[in-house]
Amino acid sequence: MPVVIDHRPGKQQTHDTARPRRDPAPSRLKYRLQRMWLRPLWRRVARIGAPAFLAAMIGGLWLSDEDRRAALTDNIARAVDSVQNREEFQVREMQVEGASPVVERALKAMLPVDLPASSFDIDLPALRLQVMQLDAVDTIDLRVKPGGILSAVVTERQPALLWRHARGIEMLDEDGHRVAGVTSREVRPDLPLVSGEGAEEATPEALQLFDAAGPILPRVRGLVRRGERRWDLVLDQGQRIMLPAQGALVALEAAIAMDRAQDLLARDITVVDLRDPKRPVLRLGIDARNTIRTARGQPPLGPDGRILQDNEG
Amino acid sequence: MAELYQTQRAMRNMRRAALQRGVIGILDIGTSKIACLVLRFDGTGTFRETDGVGPMAGQVNFRVIGAASTRSRGMRRGEIETMAETERAIRTVVAAAQKLAGVRIDHVIACMSGGRPSSYGLAGETPLAQGKVDDHDVAKVLAACDVPDFGRGREVLHAQPVNFAVDNRSGLADPREHLGNKLFCDMHVLTVDGDAIGNLVHCIRRCDLELAGIASAPYASARASLVEDEQELGAACIDFGGGGTGVSIFVRKHMIFSDHVAIGGNLITQDIAQGLRVSLPVAERLKTLSGGVEATGRDDRDMIDIGGDTGDWEADRRQVSRADVIAIMRPRVEEILEGVRGVLDAAGFDYMPSQQIVLTGGGSQIPGLDGLAARILGPNIRCGRPLRIDGLSHQLTDPSFSSAVGLALFAAHPQDEWWDFETPADAYPARSFKRAYRWFKSNW
Repeated sequence: MPVVIDHRPGKQQTHDTARPRRDPAPSRLKYRLQRMWLRPLWRRVARIGAPAFLAAMIGGLWLSDEDRRAALTDNIARAVDSVQNREEFQVREMQVEGASPVVERALKAMLPVDLPASSFDIDLPALRLQVMQLDAVDTIDLRVKPGGILSAVVTERQPALLWRHARGIEMLDEDGHRVAGVTSREVRPDLPLVSGEGAEEATPEALQLFDAAGPILPRVRGLVRRGERRWDLVLDQGQRIMLPAQGALVALEAAIAMDRAQDLLARDITVVDLRDPKRPVLRLGIDARNTIRTARGQPPLGPDGRILQDNEG
Repeated sequence: MAELYQTQRAMRNMRRAALQRGVIGILDIGTSKIACLVLRFDGTGTFRETDGVGPMAGQVNFRVIGAASTRSRGMRRGEIETMAETERAIRTVVAAAQKLAGVRIDHVIACMSGGRPSSYGLAGETPLAQGKVDDHDVAKVLAACDVPDFGRGREVLHAQPVNFAVDNRSGLADPREHLGNKLFCDMHVLTVDGDAIGNLVHCIRRCDLELAGIASAPYASARASLVEDEQELGAACIDFGGGGTGVSIFVRKHMIFSDHVAIGGNLITQDIAQGLRVSLPVAERLKTLSGGVEATGRDDRDMIDIGGDTGDWEADRRQVSRADVIAIMRPRVEEILEGVRGVLDAAGFDYMPSQQIVLTGGGSQIPGLDGLAARILGPNIRCGRPLRIDGLSHQLTDPSFSSAVGLALFAAHPQDEWWDFETPADAYPARSFKRAYRWFKSNW
């Protein structure tokens, strides 16, 4: 309500009450549209369906042209290239740690690209799998370090045994994995020698046996795998200790104890047969047997094990 | 009556379908305001502990998710006067409530306040062939009630079985499985003007809404504002509305009488407008802000600016004392209460076991009304507010919304009506059998 009302003619205000008040009632159309909008299906169509359809249609129309598609793929490829070839992603050199020169050379030859190259072009897992196929490599840690260095930390396999088989001599590590081939025994005289089929399967046992052979180690020439099942310990002078398949270590220790007690191996004995641990069997040498036979008054044996006939000799 | 049976059953089925959908609208179309509540039904006990509302009166299985009210238009004396205006008002309030609720309502339950209601007490009896009451017998006794002539163009709004008796055992709420020879029943029937109700239905249909039920406004407000004990022991609920004053009497949880006094709050406003020569909105403002029925000495000194926007300085600067306003209002309120007294006398309320009277509706907020009503109606008076229901905002809990709240309770837990029982098979009209026979004959 105005505070002062001007009553002069022509100045009188027209009052709000004279004007028809706006009716807040929604029109029929507006009411129906609002009710339609409150249907979940309509809402979903209008909010998701229609925009999705529009976007798909515009995209489809734009992509229907061959040149535009080509331009689009070119642009994408160029953008990807420009990012990947940035200075920050360049790999300039390769550092190899803990590898012998031979392995290092092989490693560098395996790198699929010429350095410098983008780090996106070097597939580290694939390279690692490839390197792991080298026998001499035990583990390798490949990573791209800041400063564009491809670092490879290599652990090489340590040869523990020499294995002589029909195709030559190989070095094996503790787990029986091949490390490298060697041309002859003299290349690595420090390594113990094993031979026989399946010897590489039982490398841990062989190493244990060599460790246990302590006092007689200077006389040991090597271990021979028999029937992929048990070991023969071969000593010099043609002596041989036949070990059982189970409990070889205990049997060898028993043999060493016998040697220590009775000086067994210094006597004329060709074979100590411990295959049955309860019943060790010794095979005497030919001289010993002849001595026994002479003492008994029996005819001596020849080197082939047959009885010598005096009348023939 | 068979036709009514069908339409009411159809509405009942629609109500069930709406409950299945979970959303139902409540439309309280009054003379002074239209209220719309949107109810969501989520099964029992879902909203049990929220908002401090405990499991009262079993209203816990729904929640008000949208509520709106607006000034009513095109209504006079509880009836529709201008269809288009009322339709616009319904559209306004439904749109607002829907917007608040965020869901669309398809089914509404409406109430009818005017339409010259008149209530009848019917009695019926039927012999029990099997010596035991079953569902079929209940339907039969309801159908056997002797129906008086309601008059031309009257529609039955409520037909509730109030009391059952088997032989000499009366006062049974549920007579099924009782042994006896004869079943009696008392039914309360409320009829209203058929054209008024037809207009209402048409108006609601034009707003694309389906009518899932219709109740009488005094009945609905009594359900909301009478507490359970009052409904059980007997009480009268007086609903002071804008266009008229509804009276309903409850005993043993059933409405046994309902009537309507055609003087309402709008007439008080009109008196003030005429007496003080002010416009109707100003008179309405005077009535609501400084109205009353008991003048005190202080009211003589309490001067109220009438205000106004006529442009006439002298007229706009007038002041009246509050006592003047009260002096205009009081005779009209007394007249309303006298009318209510007459209705209660006609209903034999004096012979009821309990004389409790509950005042509700917008008019019951006049200060001092309970004192005046106690002098005219009887000593046991209280002003009733509607029952608290879950989710209803605070400004919609005043007594003028008691019929809306009562409609919500009616939607959740309708009382048994005559059309809830199957019609006895022999009451099927022979016409339909004839029609079926004819169909078979012509098609096979």
